[in-house]
Amino acid sequence: MDFFNQDLTSLHADLVNKKLSAEELTKATFENLKQTDAKIDSFLNLNEDAALATAKALDAKGINADNVLAGIPVGVKDNIVTKDLTTTAASKMLENFVPVYNATVVDKMTQNDMIIVGKTNMDEFAMGGSTENSAFKVTKNPWDVSRVPGGSSGGSAAAVAAGIVPVAYGSDTGGSIRQPSSFNGIVGMKPTYGRVSRWGLIAFGSSLDQIGPMTRTVKDNAAALNLIAGNDVHDGTSSEREVPDFTAGLDGDIKGMKIALPKEYMDEGIDPKVREVIKAAVKQFEALGATVEEVSLPHSRYGVSAYYIIASSEASSNLQRFDGIRYGFRAQDVKNLEDVYVRSRSEGFGDEVKRRIMLGTFSLSAGYYDAYFHKAGQVRTLIINDFNKVFEDYDLIIGPTAPTPAFKIGDEISDPITMYMNDVLTIPVNLAGLPGMSIPAGFADGMPVGLQLIGKSFDESTLYKAGYAFEQATDFHQATPDLGGQH
Amino acid sequence: MAEERINAEQVAHVASLAKLEFTPDQLGTFTGQLEKIIGMFEELSTVDTDGVPVTSRVTDRHNALREDVAVKSDERAALLANAPETANGLIKVPAIIDESGDGE
Repeated sequence: MDFFNQDLTSLHADLVNKKLSAEELTKATFENLKQTDAKIDSFLNLNEDAALATAKALDAKGINADNVLAGIPVGVKDNIVTKDLTTTAASKMLENFVPVYNATVVDKMTQNDMIIVGKTNMDEFAMGGSTENSAFKVTKNPWDVSRVPGGSSGGSAAAVAAGIVPVAYGSDTGGSIRQPSSFNGIVGMKPTYGRVSRWGLIAFGSSLDQIGPMTRTVKDNAAALNLIAGNDVHDGTSSEREVPDFTAGLDGDIKGMKIALPKEYMDEGIDPKVREVIKAAVKQFEALGATVEEVSLPHSRYGVSAYYIIASSEASSNLQRFDGIRYGFRAQDVKNLEDVYVRSRSEGFGDEVKRRIMLGTFSLSAGYYDAYFHKAGQVRTLIINDFNKVFEDYDLIIGPTAPTPAFKIGDEISDPITMYMNDVLTIPVNLAGLPGMSIPAGFADGMPVGLQLIGKSFDESTLYKAGYAFEQATDFHQATPDLGGQH
Repeated sequence: MAEERINAEQVAHVASLAKLEFTPDQLGTFTGQLEKIIGMFEELSTVDTDGVPVTSRVTDRHNALREDVAVKSDERAALLANAPETANGLIKVPAIIDESGDGE
């Protein structure tokens, strides 16, 4: 059993018609997982016994015919806390951490009868773009196991691309859902800031973090966002706006839609083969009756610097909680309390996490605050103004998700700045709090290339509508890696 | 901004603020990397931001108020199970001041 030939709609029909029981589906999922994941290492922890028990109970209760996610196996990124299921954020700091509560999104999964298969690998504390920063294992790209799956939600992306699960959830602070979705040829949505509750998401950059779904098709993605969206009393930044049905309006009709293509997203810093894929996508949108015009986001080039100041500053504050006292790793043979703090943090965090904490602490420190943190916050405003100006005249923005296809494992990990530049096209979206989605748009040298769609605040629906029209007119989403499933 | 963006001494100071410690080798590596990254940050000084307000949040909400309702939680055992060291239902930590010789 893999999920290459079935989407949520067809799986749901099989479950409702009892062609397939939830228990059979869960068993088959774990059988496939054990074979396939031996090659790509996308999962950190499995939830097998509980998943099978849940599936059995669900079969006894009956599948709700109105809930397309009932009985569906799901992967959850390991920075989203799951009650009684070890949650590590891929850090030695949390190697043995067992949460006492569920993230709100996890509660919604279980209340809606989804079957949690396990926790997916990631860059430690979501800091990185390759999943090489995991303290435990390096996930491989199922299209070419010598290449990275991207990150930080690399485990979730690889698991979906390899047909292990039809849906996985990730988190995106600067591109961590979209870039791995691009690298793996799947659909990944970073919703508007505030669309989804962050309660139970292990905090990285609190003004940037959002949880979102990763799937093989646009429609599946819309259904998976329906599940987790909405206000939550536990997250004061979650919006009270009404949540539309994101699967409505998927009719393939985008005639007259006004699409903007920022020239900065097609400049010489972008791999020419990636640009070719995007140019072909532009033609496809035009053939579907949309207009595509060049625009400018002049401050987007400063996004990487502004982001690494802001995100690192927020991270340095958020990660102060890891002190070796109440939970998490505590160093041995310590002399006094100060020693517990310093040695536990120095031994428990990996290098990239330390780099971000150092950058953040520096940017916030006396004498540097104005030149760095304050300045970055002003540049953030200019980046938002650029987007607002474009959205006065256009319905959405398109461009590449990442400057290149997936790179080789080991190629960039020793050079932080090169790694940071992977996020150049995704970061501005987080800084502005906008929704952004990556969808499969073609291939470069056999590796998937993603198209990024950026929308107005709280207008995920337009992204899904445009993405669905593109998907129905192309067959990139039907391509699957040879390694996965029953190939 | 100064020509030398950050030196090993400053990095060691920032590390102490962040409750991290580095070996001399690590300090050298981190200083070199931070020097480069902070060098990249300096491109921001070329952006005209006179009179531009700071954005520090992008939520559409201002104050999020709710009724102050007490909720009973019965998680003491589960919470303590995550603590590195406990004694008598409490979290145990070493002495704040170094007590030389006798260990605790």
